[in-house]
Amino acid sequence: MKILVCLKQTFDTEAKITLDSNGKIERKGVSLIMNPYDEFAVEEALRIKEKGEGEVTVISVGGQQTQDALRQALAMGADKAVLVDPGDVELDEYSTATILAKVISGMEYDIILGGFRAIDDGSAQVAGRVAEILNIPVVNVVTKLEIENGKAVATREIEGGSEVVEVSLPAVITAQKGLNEPRYPSMKGIMKAKKKPMDKKSLADLGLDESQIAAKVKAISFSLPEARKAGKVIPGEAAEAARELARLLREEAKVI
Amino acid sequence: MAHWLFQEEHEMLRKSVRGWVEKEIKPHVEEWEQKGEFPRELFYRAGELGFLGLTYPEVYGGSGEDYLAGAVFVEELARCGSAGVAAGLGASVVIAGPQIYKFGSEELKQKFLVPTITGEKIGALGITEPNAGSDVASISTTARDEGDHYVVNGSKIFITNGVRADYVVTAVKTDPAAGYKGISLLVIEKDTPGFTVAKKLEKLGWNASDTGELVFEDCRVPKANLVGKENMGFYYIMQNFAWERLVMALEAVAAAELALEEAIRYAQQRIQFKRPLSKFQVIRHKLADMASWIETARSLTYHALSLFASGEDAVTAVAMAKVYACETANRVADEALQIHGGYGYMMEYPVQRYWRDARVGTIGGGTTEIMKQIIVNRLIK
Repeated sequence: MKILVCLKQTFDTEAKITLDSNGKIERKGVSLIMNPYDEFAVEEALRIKEKGEGEVTVISVGGQQTQDALRQALAMGADKAVLVDPGDVELDEYSTATILAKVISGMEYDIILGGFRAIDDGSAQVAGRVAEILNIPVVNVVTKLEIENGKAVATREIEGGSEVVEVSLPAVITAQKGLNEPRYPSMKGIMKAKKKPMDKKSLADLGLDESQIAAKVKAISFSLPEARKAGKVIPGEAAEAARELARLLREEAKVI
Repeated sequence: MAHWLFQEEHEMLRKSVRGWVEKEIKPHVEEWEQKGEFPRELFYRAGELGFLGLTYPEVYGGSGEDYLAGAVFVEELARCGSAGVAAGLGASVVIAGPQIYKFGSEELKQKFLVPTITGEKIGALGITEPNAGSDVASISTTARDEGDHYVVNGSKIFITNGVRADYVVTAVKTDPAAGYKGISLLVIEKDTPGFTVAKKLEKLGWNASDTGELVFEDCRVPKANLVGKENMGFYYIMQNFAWERLVMALEAVAAAELALEEAIRYAQQRIQFKRPLSKFQVIRHKLADMASWIETARSLTYHALSLFASGEDAVTAVAMAKVYACETANRVADEALQIHGGYGYMMEYPVQRYWRDARVGTIGGGTTEIMKQIIVNRLIK
């Protein structure tokens, strides 16, 4: 079974976001991690492989530092990595999905996994777009996955519950928290990962030029969210305080 | 930024250990401190993840003799906030295991080292006695030669992991008249008749680890359990002290850093005179000093580590690092507690534990006074 995992390198969840002098998000000195949702996807890929036979290839689009995230997946147990370095161009979900689909279309695959979203922009679009371009089904926010006889049976989150979807392979499956508990790379895994293949490609290697991946969404400016204001405590007897609360919600907050 | 001393694989290992500590250790620290013990399963788990084999070769289940990787592991482990957990897990692979690995027979390695690396067996090192601390040569536990056995009599105290260890690498006198030239190391297994744990000792800190007082009464130990050669024990013990002391220095730096972080967090939250403490110059200068001491301690410790890891003479540098880092951990923890004011004196804040845990650093593994003797002996020959 050929298993592909699309992953993204993101800021650490504890990273403090600041803007540089050009008003762009400051990337210097920030510690980077594998998007946690993609970690679920890598873990699931490894579990599928360990149940039978298979090969796990991890793919990412990003600069050279993205190798760290791919290397982590290799250290966890993935077999090969592919990195497409698009150079210094601005990407949106359309661009990334176009690049990923292009690289994937030249590979063999039975299933494609990814996190359902990235923790940085949280757009939850790339995996779905890749499926669309490749013309294969996608099942999102999956919390349980079983593979049998060329089919995937996926349990996915829906509002107020869950549903079970059966889909024929190949398909794209996106991981939600709860799908599994990702493993920690061991020192042996880390040492092995150094020797595993990391295929680095440029856009030209894929036969793409910048115009084909030009972002359709442009960020005009960035601003940091306002600091959260302190909450208000309404003193007094419960009934009286409730009346005051209702008044404030209506007159000040204007939400009721 | 990663320090130049470490390679890419070490930083990956750091992330891995950090994730494990955050998820599987930190949330339980309070409970384990209360109980005075952490679960035995933690040894298996650490073994399963390969963290206990970083400084041992692959043939025994390790991942290569990489002391930089070993250093990364203890640094990150110390960040769990309970020095007892670090001490317990560490005693097995940092002080008990090396004696068997470096000097023991193949049989001893298979029987004790391999399961120590997998986490199935817990090890301890028993040197200190009620009447013999720094003066190792004066131990009085004896091992009488009786053909294929030794008969051991005596007692050991302050033995980390002593209460539940599956085996204790024990320093004994095989030639009582010969002073330090009459010491040997024996691996004594739990449940050997005549070996009893007299007491689980109550301590000021390191509460999540067990510390035992051990008694040997006509305890028969097979000769096969002799580590290396007879009467070479003192030399073996001294050999591994460098690594043990380096580990203590690394843990001290990590613990001091944790205390500083706690102090900064508190100083930013605590409002007095309508301003957070972090706005007062007197507190700001304290924090600046603490951070500078820590960086100094780290540089000295990494210098010693780089010498040690590259196989150069590290004795003086290690002694200096242990003194400075452990004294720094005490000072930083003390200042962190001071910044916390009355809350610092209360058991509900973690800073009191950092303060208690740091205290043993200048005592265990060779006191500051002994370290200074080592340093000056090298200065004045």
